[in-house]
Amino acid sequence: MSYLAVDHVTKIYPSLEPDAKKGDEFVVFENINFTVEKGEFVSMIGHSGCGKSTLLNIMAGFDQATTGGIILDGKETSKPSLDRMVVFQNFALMPWKTAYENVALAVRQSHPQWNRAEIKEWTMKYLQMMNLESAANRRPSMLSGGMRQRVGLARAFAAEPKILLLDEPFAQIDALTRGSIQEELLRMWEATNSTVFMVTHDVDEAILLSNRIAMMSSGPHAELAEMVNIDIPRPRVRSELIDDPKYMQIRNHIIKFLVSGETV
Amino acid sequence: MTLAKIISKGSKYKPYLLSLVILGVLLLAWSASTREPAFDPAGYSEDDLMMQEMNGDIVRDESGEYINNPDKLSAVPGPGRVFDKAVDELRHPFAKTGTNDHGIGWLVMYTLQRFLVGFLLATVVAVILGMVIGMSKTLLMALNPFIQLLKPVSPLAWMPLLLYTVKDPYMTSVLVVFMASLWPTMANTAFGVSNIKKDYLRVSEMVELGWFRRFYSVILPASAPAVFAGLRISFGSALVAVVPAEMLLGELGVGYLSWIEWNNLDIAGVIFAIMVVGFVGFLLDYGLSKIAERFTYTES
Repeated sequence: MSYLAVDHVTKIYPSLEPDAKKGDEFVVFENINFTVEKGEFVSMIGHSGCGKSTLLNIMAGFDQATTGGIILDGKETSKPSLDRMVVFQNFALMPWKTAYENVALAVRQSHPQWNRAEIKEWTMKYLQMMNLESAANRRPSMLSGGMRQRVGLARAFAAEPKILLLDEPFAQIDALTRGSIQEELLRMWEATNSTVFMVTHDVDEAILLSNRIAMMSSGPHAELAEMVNIDIPRPRVRSELIDDPKYMQIRNHIIKFLVSGETV
Repeated sequence: MTLAKIISKGSKYKPYLLSLVILGVLLLAWSASTREPAFDPAGYSEDDLMMQEMNGDIVRDESGEYINNPDKLSAVPGPGRVFDKAVDELRHPFAKTGTNDHGIGWLVMYTLQRFLVGFLLATVVAVILGMVIGMSKTLLMALNPFIQLLKPVSPLAWMPLLLYTVKDPYMTSVLVVFMASLWPTMANTAFGVSNIKKDYLRVSEMVELGWFRRFYSVILPASAPAVFAGLRISFGSALVAVVPAEMLLGELGVGYLSWIEWNNLDIAGVIFAIMVVGFVGFLLDYGLSKIAERFTYTES
């Protein structure tokens, strides 16, 4: 049995069109069906507005599917939980807490029996893994965008969730910083043997990080067009990836899909 | 140090230099507009002069010349006279020379005491109610008509009703301050709580915070800036209300002082009382803003 199953999920909203009649619907996506195995890194790619963030919100429990459901480790999920930690596009750090306190909050909640010293040790461990030691006592307003997302990642990983859900985590980070954080994310994923599901619109990022990429067609009535296997061996080094012929093959395939809306 | 360096170092204080200049100009204007012409005995006959002296309109000064009686001048006093009055009052701030003649120090304390009691009472009630209302959309909408109806009522308008029911003038003045400080804090608290960024609430759901922790760790600090904004408005509103409340109730305090001075036609005293109220209010508000600073946060 799979670790995480997105089971025939459909999301329908009542239509917001100005000339809509009662009962008119807007189908964001329908029958999204795929699995994520334990330890995998799966990305989802698609146009803006195809509903990939909505799907992620449903997986996280912030939103409900109209039909279908999410099954994690054999149990159906509905509410948000520490099992499914989210890394948000706009970081969602509490501005009145320091970087340390933001991560420690998740640590304390996920390990309620720990004492203060244990929480501190664990929190500092994850902050160090993301190179945040010197920033531990700073509030988010004193941190750059890249550092804020590092805190977000540290918070999510430190809770040791069953799966991490990343919602376009690097969309608001400058291109130069993005590269280093992606590498830190890879290292964190490998070191902790976690399972990750990431939504992104950056093709190169998806190919660099993932085992598989789910391609979502455009909405409305969006669906899972194709699941692409990334059989490029790890470790993947960004600078050498360009030279791998498989990389360009996959990249072109995905971009053709995004541009034309059809899989070949 | 070169001249340029001195000037650039002092430029931090430039605005305050300007304040001093403005103050000087204002004092000059005040002084010029309230100058009384010196008494000129030339136009009066001997009998006139004797009559004026008997009335007390003119007196003889040290050199034996006639001058206008300073105690009977009916013009608005200039800065000099107000300054003299201030020095007089401040010389013995804690004297008690009669049931109604307590030193300015005492008066400030009486006013502060009834102000603080009313304000703190209102703060507790307003913050609790505001948070409850802010967290429940239903309650917010249900209570809104009542709040909107009661909010614009001047706190002084409550006074006759309060005096009639509570009977005690001290409690009445406290309750007038209470009514003045209630609404801004409650409205701002409710607003702050209901407008917490969705992301913070999502994170608190995600990490499975219990209701108490959620309130204490997320809702309270997230809404604190809005609460303090409300507090500062309430503060000003309460300070404004306490002065006329004292006047109307005859309760000893700084507000009552200006009323007494008015009854004595001691305009310098009235002006002095106004300045004391302003100064005390300024100090308290400054203190409150310093406290508020510790609870504010920036989001970017």
